[in-house]
Amino acid sequence: MELIVFAVTAVIAIIGAVAMVASKNAVHSALFLLLNFGAIAVLYLLLRAPFLFATQLIIYAGAIIVLFLFVVMLLGAERHEDNRDRLAWQRPVALVMAGLLLAEVAYVVVALPAQAPVTTDEGFGAPEVIAEQLFTTFLLPFQVTAFIILAAIVGVVVLHMQEKRQV
Amino acid sequence: MIEIPPIDWSVVLQLCIIFGGATALLMADLFIPEVRRRVTGYLALAVLAAAAIAGVAPWGCRGHTFSGTIQIDSFSLVLNWIFMLGAAITIVLSFDYLPRHGINRGEYYVMILFAVGGMMLLAQGADLVVLFLGLELLSITLYALAGFAYPRTTSEEAAMKYLLIGAFATGFLVFGIALVYGATGATNLAQIGAVLAEGRIDGENRIYLMAGAAMTVIGLGYKISLVPFHMWTPDVYEGSPTPITAFMSVAGKAAAFAGMTRFLLTALETQREIWVPILAALAAITIVVGNLGALTQQNVKRMLAYSSIGQAGYILLGPLAASERGTEAMLYYLLAYTLTNLAAFGVLIALEARGEAAWNLSDLGGLWQRSPGLAIAMAIAMLSLAGVPPTAGFVAKFAVFTAAWQAGQAVLVFIGVIVSAIAAFYYLRVVAQIFMSEPTREVEISSDRVLAFGIGLSVIAIVLIGVLPARLLNLI
Repeated sequence: MELIVFAVTAVIAIIGAVAMVASKNAVHSALFLLLNFGAIAVLYLLLRAPFLFATQLIIYAGAIIVLFLFVVMLLGAERHEDNRDRLAWQRPVALVMAGLLLAEVAYVVVALPAQAPVTTDEGFGAPEVIAEQLFTTFLLPFQVTAFIILAAIVGVVVLHMQEKRQV
Repeated sequence: MIEIPPIDWSVVLQLCIIFGGATALLMADLFIPEVRRRVTGYLALAVLAAAAIAGVAPWGCRGHTFSGTIQIDSFSLVLNWIFMLGAAITIVLSFDYLPRHGINRGEYYVMILFAVGGMMLLAQGADLVVLFLGLELLSITLYALAGFAYPRTTSEEAAMKYLLIGAFATGFLVFGIALVYGATGATNLAQIGAVLAEGRIDGENRIYLMAGAAMTVIGLGYKISLVPFHMWTPDVYEGSPTPITAFMSVAGKAAAFAGMTRFLLTALETQREIWVPILAALAAITIVVGNLGALTQQNVKRMLAYSSIGQAGYILLGPLAASERGTEAMLYYLLAYTLTNLAAFGVLIALEARGEAAWNLSDLGGLWQRSPGLAIAMAIAMLSLAGVPPTAGFVAKFAVFTAAWQAGQAVLVFIGVIVSAIAAFYYLRVVAQIFMSEPTREVEISSDRVLAFGIGLSVIAIVLIGVLPARLLNLI
């Protein structure tokens, strides 16, 4: 059963990824990326990482894709798509790199003996455990993150206001 | 039910003052009219002063809280004071600069306070996660500050370059931390140190640890502008608003050094045989490339950028010595370098009175006749950067060289001394230009009192800690 779910989601994830790169329209690309993110979320669930599953759906599929769509539509980037590839040399380089990566994966699968899965404690990566860590061991980093976001927002607003004022 | 562990607030008191003050100031600024914008700056100075005073009481104590993710000791207290001093002088130097360049916004001061908060996290952090977040907070504020003069294309370019390079650095750092965690099972520096001391890390895990440690050092190396991760420095320093360049070059660098020293001396203490030769080689290349790069520059701002790369190499000799004396030497060097660079950039700010760039070497020509005060300030700053007695720069170089010598880094000290002699050429060229050349074009000089006060304060401090170094070294 698990294998079937894995096979189906893996195929969907790959289709989403390829279609995202291949489609000419930026809005279509963003929507295919959403498909890919959804499939990856299911893969996390198969790996018994429910927290990652939830964050993947909420943050990536939810917030980030919506942000992408907003930006693409606001800027009207889907209308004037520049077809000319100005960095033509990148394509062969990318193909070589992809080939190398594929060879590496093939080597790992074929040549190295299968290893026993890493054993973890019951509940490792569960939402409750992560919440407890956030409010005990990593309470300070948790708070500091808030200030990082605040600083980033203030920075963006200031830079944007500057532009408007001068224009 | 999650039990939140008890928190020792005295450890994080300074941080609370800075973050609380910055947030309050962000809101208070809304009620301050633009003509009275300086009030925001003075309030920021008050926040810094309060945080600095809060550091007096815990002097001599050691402690940690928040489950050991943050600590306080004399190392971090001294660094916090250096950061606050650097930020305070930067704010003083900015009062006149901002309205002249049409960027008089209160958020500027708030962002500087946030940057100080990030630096303090780097100095006080006892966990790789805290170090990472501190560096991110510092970087994000600096990206925005570098682009603060946004419609000016050089400022935009600086912000963009810094952001892209910074994203790379962040990637290195996060991946490095992940690998170190994978190998040792800990992100806490002391715990990593303990695991490594047991010597149980071998085989594959050892490779992960080494790769992770190398990537962490690279991530921090970008911020220090260690060669070969220094390419962004001249462009970003040239394009950013001058007070921010000064701030970046001193405080940002000091903070990244703090994080690196903690990581190397607490977590990787036992791996010394491996990292000392690598970093020694990097320090040597940094000293040579930075100073040789500065030799050919005609633009003083770019020259100071290359000089700051070279200075980073000298500062690295401190942690390399891996001794108490080396750390003290590093702290002293950072203080001397902070004051000196702020004074040098302060003079450049004064020369930008009309809002146009006056960074060419020939613009300094005849400064002695036009403004003796600024001429003396620039000369003392240059002598201090070159390491001529009786300035702070001399004592600083002497301290790092002795520390490195005692640690057996004779070759490195030799290279350092030779290159300092070569570097004296371009520093003294500026001095010669000031006193012996005739002015080539009219450069309007700022007559702002506060700016003059900031420069004067830095210069007096340079001489004072240069003449009486023993008192300060004993204190550290």
